[in-house]
Amino acid sequence: MAPNTQIPVADRRVPVIAPGHTFSTITEKISNIVLSRPVSLGWIFGFLIVFSMMNMLMMALGYLFIKGTGIWGINIPIGWGFAIVNFVWWIGIGHAGTLISAILCLLRQTWRNSINRFAEAMTLFAVACAGIFPLAHMGRPWLAYWMFPYPNTMRYWPNFRSPLVWDVFAVSTYFTISLVFWFVGLIPDFASLRDRAESTLVQRIYGLLAMGWRGSARHWHRYETAYLLLAGLATPLVLSVHTVVSFDFAVGIVPGWHTTIFPPYFVAGAIYSGFAMVLCLAIPIRAIYKLEDFITMRHLENAAKVMLATGLIVAYGYGMEAFMGWYSGNQFDSFLLWNRFHGPYQLAYAALLACNIFIPQVLWLKKFRVSTGWLWLISFIVLVGMWLERFIIVVVSLSRDFLTSSWGMYYPTKWDWMTFAGTIGMFLTAMWLFVRILPMISIFELRTLLPEAHVHEAAEVKQ
Amino acid sequence: MTDSATNSSTYGLMAEFDSAQELVAAAHKTHEAGYQKIDAYSPFPIEGLAEAIGFHKNSVPLVVLIGGLIGGISAYALQYWVAVITYPVNVGGRPFHSWPSFIIVTFELTILFGGLSAAVGMLVLNGLPMPYHPVFNVPEFAKASEDKFFLVVFSSDPNYDAARTRSFLTSLAPRMIAEVPS
Repeated sequence: MAPNTQIPVADRRVPVIAPGHTFSTITEKISNIVLSRPVSLGWIFGFLIVFSMMNMLMMALGYLFIKGTGIWGINIPIGWGFAIVNFVWWIGIGHAGTLISAILCLLRQTWRNSINRFAEAMTLFAVACAGIFPLAHMGRPWLAYWMFPYPNTMRYWPNFRSPLVWDVFAVSTYFTISLVFWFVGLIPDFASLRDRAESTLVQRIYGLLAMGWRGSARHWHRYETAYLLLAGLATPLVLSVHTVVSFDFAVGIVPGWHTTIFPPYFVAGAIYSGFAMVLCLAIPIRAIYKLEDFITMRHLENAAKVMLATGLIVAYGYGMEAFMGWYSGNQFDSFLLWNRFHGPYQLAYAALLACNIFIPQVLWLKKFRVSTGWLWLISFIVLVGMWLERFIIVVVSLSRDFLTSSWGMYYPTKWDWMTFAGTIGMFLTAMWLFVRILPMISIFELRTLLPEAHVHEAAEVKQ
Repeated sequence: MTDSATNSSTYGLMAEFDSAQELVAAAHKTHEAGYQKIDAYSPFPIEGLAEAIGFHKNSVPLVVLIGGLIGGISAYALQYWVAVITYPVNVGGRPFHSWPSFIIVTFELTILFGGLSAAVGMLVLNGLPMPYHPVFNVPEFAKASEDKFFLVVFSSDPNYDAARTRSFLTSLAPRMIAEVPS
């Protein structure tokens, strides 16, 4: 039942936790970041920057609510501009968190234990950013609750045959379950913080959150069952969310959208960009907070390998789209392919191929996988590439549909850019606060990585 | 009578151990010695510890199953009721009961209700939130969330006797023994 039964003792690879740690040093090192580490000037300076970016989002949204979506670059034929591009991009980024916390838990990958907490936090913040876009895109966001089925005086009900309604259910379920999973994982760590807090106020706050957790064997028994079941439920959920998002496109008939490869290709792309974001965050965080003992090169290398693998699936998706464009003999599909290489957005497509397919191939070489600088750079490039992919899918497909009379171009306005940059600010603001007020690594799960946490194996060693 | 008087002022006897192995061994011995109302506390889940104190099965999976079923069935029923009975919309002559398009919402709500039942069910069955508990009265117990391991024999146990239980716990060679005031 325990998720971590394999300890890489006789393993030649870099361990998942540096040698020499005890239950106590793990607890101390992680909880001190929250409880006793002074707030540094660098943290405040960085916070001011990301918080200003978040305020830019507030301004952009405020102006949007006054004026309407006309301030964005969208118009017919391109009614889905940055809002949907960014929505899909952010949701995709969230996927790595759930993959790490749920799927790798079921697969008993012990290396997940040191990165799952902040990857899950990343999921929540990314989904929160994603959620802003469809709401803002509605035009009348104050009527967003109309999307939910509830008895109303208009005697109206949502159309359950519409992929957009499926999306409402998929994304809201995803956010709720991610939040629950994250919170359940935090309860024992809240107890650790409660018992170590120096000031009464801090102790009370963590005490409230810990809800009186006392580590009873009966509680742990139910806890582990519940955690495993949550992981089992979150696993199909995470695969379903981007599948449903891809249905928003695949169910439509626009060339470039109407294809059966979309669900798996979207899920792979989501995990691809999600791991890129995990690396982009983990590399600076482990350096700043000196967490190299817990987030070792093994973690970074494994994440790089996942990125390489999912990147190849994405490349297969591109290849298959191109192949079907030729093989189907459909003039609109083959034009779509021609348009990507030679149309007005050809630079974006070339950049996409470079960022998503060609550059990440260097990850085959160990040299790049074990260099934090290179890894960060490649992850950043992948994030840009995955954003471009969503741009190509949404904008380029809509700009050239069946009739030449309904062709058009999309030019984002400054409000589009401000909203996008603003959500990055909101995401980073949330991360900035998270690393200082919550344990960013799961303390109790790290304890289980130590050999002395395993009763049977330790007994065998004694004999 | 004197027994019940002591029982009301003491919640139980607590023994502290240094390692997970010692705690599991001690829990086994205490359970074998006939003590039923005991509990063990550790900073992380230990395989076999719950079994050692005689706790083998929990009902969280049942709660999740029921929750998931309620979610799935109610989601499908809602969609059927909306699309067929109360708000039927004819789209190109397609059937009102177009079940393939109802699968996704059914699936999502199964997961949602199942997941929420897992979390809420675990907390409720554990009796949480419970901010106050007698074990917290022992100052050393703060280490239960860090690196120490505890075993408590409750005074409500029929075999409990302040002196005999204390000498039994001493035979397990704990770091310390403390009385838990109730």
